[in-house]
Amino acid sequence: MTGTINLAGTLADGAQQATGVANLAWLLLVLPAAGAAVLLIGGRRTDKWGHLLGSATVIGAFVYGLVLFFDTTALGADDRTRDLHLFDWISVNSLSVDLGLRLDPLSLTFVLLITGVGSLIHIYSIGYMSDDRDRRRFFAYLNLFVSAMLLLVLGNSFVTLYFGWEGVGLASYLLIGWYQGKDFAATAAKKAFLMNRVGDVGLALAIFLMFKHMGSTSYDVVFAEIGNQSTGVVVAIGILLLLGACGKSGQFPLQAWLPDAMAGPTPVSALIHAATMVTAGVYLIARSSPLYSLAQAEDARFVVMIIGAITLLIGCVIGCAYDDFKKVLAYSTVSQIGYMILAVGLGPAGYALGILHLLTHGFFKAGLFLGAGSVMHGMNDEGDIRRLGGLAKKMPITFITWTLGYLALIGFPFLSGYFSKDAIISAAFSAGGGRGWVFGGIALFGAGLTAFYMTRLLILVFLGKPRWEKLKSEDGRAYHPHESGPTMTIPMIILSIGSVAAGAILSGMLPGWLEPSVGELAEVHGPLSHTAVSILTVGISAIGAAIAFAVFGRREQPVTRPQRVSWPVRAARADLYGNHLNEALFARPGVWLTRFLVFVDNRGVDGVVNGIAAGLGGSSGRLRRLQTGFVRSYALSMLGGSILVIAALLMVRFA
Amino acid sequence: MTPTYYLLLSALLFTIGAVGVLVRRNAIVVFMCIELMLNAVNLSLVTFSRINGSLDGQIMAFFVMVVAAAEVVVGLAIIMSIFRTRRTASVDDSNLLKY
Repeated sequence: MTGTINLAGTLADGAQQATGVANLAWLLLVLPAAGAAVLLIGGRRTDKWGHLLGSATVIGAFVYGLVLFFDTTALGADDRTRDLHLFDWISVNSLSVDLGLRLDPLSLTFVLLITGVGSLIHIYSIGYMSDDRDRRRFFAYLNLFVSAMLLLVLGNSFVTLYFGWEGVGLASYLLIGWYQGKDFAATAAKKAFLMNRVGDVGLALAIFLMFKHMGSTSYDVVFAEIGNQSTGVVVAIGILLLLGACGKSGQFPLQAWLPDAMAGPTPVSALIHAATMVTAGVYLIARSSPLYSLAQAEDARFVVMIIGAITLLIGCVIGCAYDDFKKVLAYSTVSQIGYMILAVGLGPAGYALGILHLLTHGFFKAGLFLGAGSVMHGMNDEGDIRRLGGLAKKMPITFITWTLGYLALIGFPFLSGYFSKDAIISAAFSAGGGRGWVFGGIALFGAGLTAFYMTRLLILVFLGKPRWEKLKSEDGRAYHPHESGPTMTIPMIILSIGSVAAGAILSGMLPGWLEPSVGELAEVHGPLSHTAVSILTVGISAIGAAIAFAVFGRREQPVTRPQRVSWPVRAARADLYGNHLNEALFARPGVWLTRFLVFVDNRGVDGVVNGIAAGLGGSSGRLRRLQTGFVRSYALSMLGGSILVIAALLMVRFA
Repeated sequence: MTPTYYLLLSALLFTIGAVGVLVRRNAIVVFMCIELMLNAVNLSLVTFSRINGSLDGQIMAFFVMVVAAAEVVVGLAIIMSIFRTRRTASVDDSNLLKY
């Protein structure tokens, strides 16, 4: 590496060539991709064993991931970044992109998260989707997703990342629209796809800028050269990457698709829309840490923090007002990713914290979603929490695992969320000056709101009186809640263990482990000590939970949602008018523009073309009449023509 | 005799032929008028040959005669077959090939 020194230290050093067991890293991509191919091409013939194959490929990838992980930990910290060149992918003029894999602590962390949580959710889906006659196709799509997601995190250039990025977008689209016969699912799938495209345009533009200014898109070159670029270029790339992250991670202003994405089956919500795909934005920013760590990128980082803070607040507020089990969890996801984005926006002080929260969140949010799926599985797919209640006794395992996830999420002392979220809040306070107080305050307030809406969920679903006893589900059946089978409960139990223990185990090791990828975790000291922030957070969370108990726990809740509510609740129920805003700002002008263009096209462009054609047709219709069929008239015209020609010749010669 | 008279005769014959082609309906007459025009041209070719003292024009006239003979063969055959199918030799009645 020549001459450029960036804040992330060793990062930009060219990676070493992978050897030994790491040479097989392509297996990670190929195993699930092969599973998807076999299941999709094999069709109905594979119905009997399709789900087993689909799960086996992901478990195989997980096992290989573990092997690779231990292989890497055996190396010294400086040798842990390795590249595996697969083949020359695109080679056009000065653009050359190799398909290569970057095996470093950051990508391996994601590989373990994706294949680990992925394996559990595949196993869970065997039970959850057992009634669906297209279960095989479901597993094919899940495998496709895992393969694309692994490509996203393993690629060693931004183009490879983009390839995986689009692949997970496709898989997400297919799975959100799984119940394609239902209008809301089809619409939700389209909405997710379109809003993701908006973000993808940002990512694509960022890649174009990199190629224009640095002549390459590989991590090695880009991160080595980025320090030599002008502030404008760095900020532009930083903000465009952020736009991409916003689209994929459901961040403001592109957050509206994520709650709608809950139209897909619950395992999909757990895997794609809680644990892995939606965290790709956080990965993108953490991966681009050499860029965001630059002094020139100060403004871009500030924008990242603002987006994170706004989103975490929006998610919490809306989460308080929704009555749909999965949508509350979805908004919770939106707000938790807001925390992660806020953390990575803090720069070197926050990358590792963001990834830490991403991992713990992957455990407990996946567990919470699987618990929600288990409840809905036992309750005729009822997702309206006002029609649930008192399920703790009917579903003890679901209740206990869910409660552990819940405690982890609200940051109960010494569970996962306590370690990861408090660290982020503490780091936010340390951002410096008034900025630190604002971001820290928002994050702290968000923690209180999180405790409030999650406690509300807990009370309305599992505690209180069973409100479903006198009701019937939409298809006219009575509710007979029952505990789910072992393929569903075992993944929930494993994830709940993760929710409890992951934070304590990871918070000590992760920053050091990630150092080769995102740089050293900068020690920052804010106005409040870490202990003080912890006490404050736990206190505020406790207050939030207590308020929820006071409001929802003491008296019976109505089965239908109250209509006469104050304006904040009305606003929150309307997604804080996020959809209205998008519609007014983008959709309507777009429709107007379309109508105008259609008018111009129909009347203007088509008019010219049709006019010329009609003119030619009409005039040739008249000219045609000259062909009378009378030989003598032809002879006359030949004579006339000859005379004219001769006259003209004579004129030229003699006149 | 000045050659001019021959040229005048040739022009007269050509005009008679051309008018005949334009005004007569009977295909045979039209045909004969065409022959008249061809021979008028032959006459002027020979005259010019005489004026210029070279044989080119006369050779050209032979070519015209050969072509005219071939044309008569083909043309009469066409007229015959039209007459057989339509029982008429009027050129105005054979007007199917039109717009």
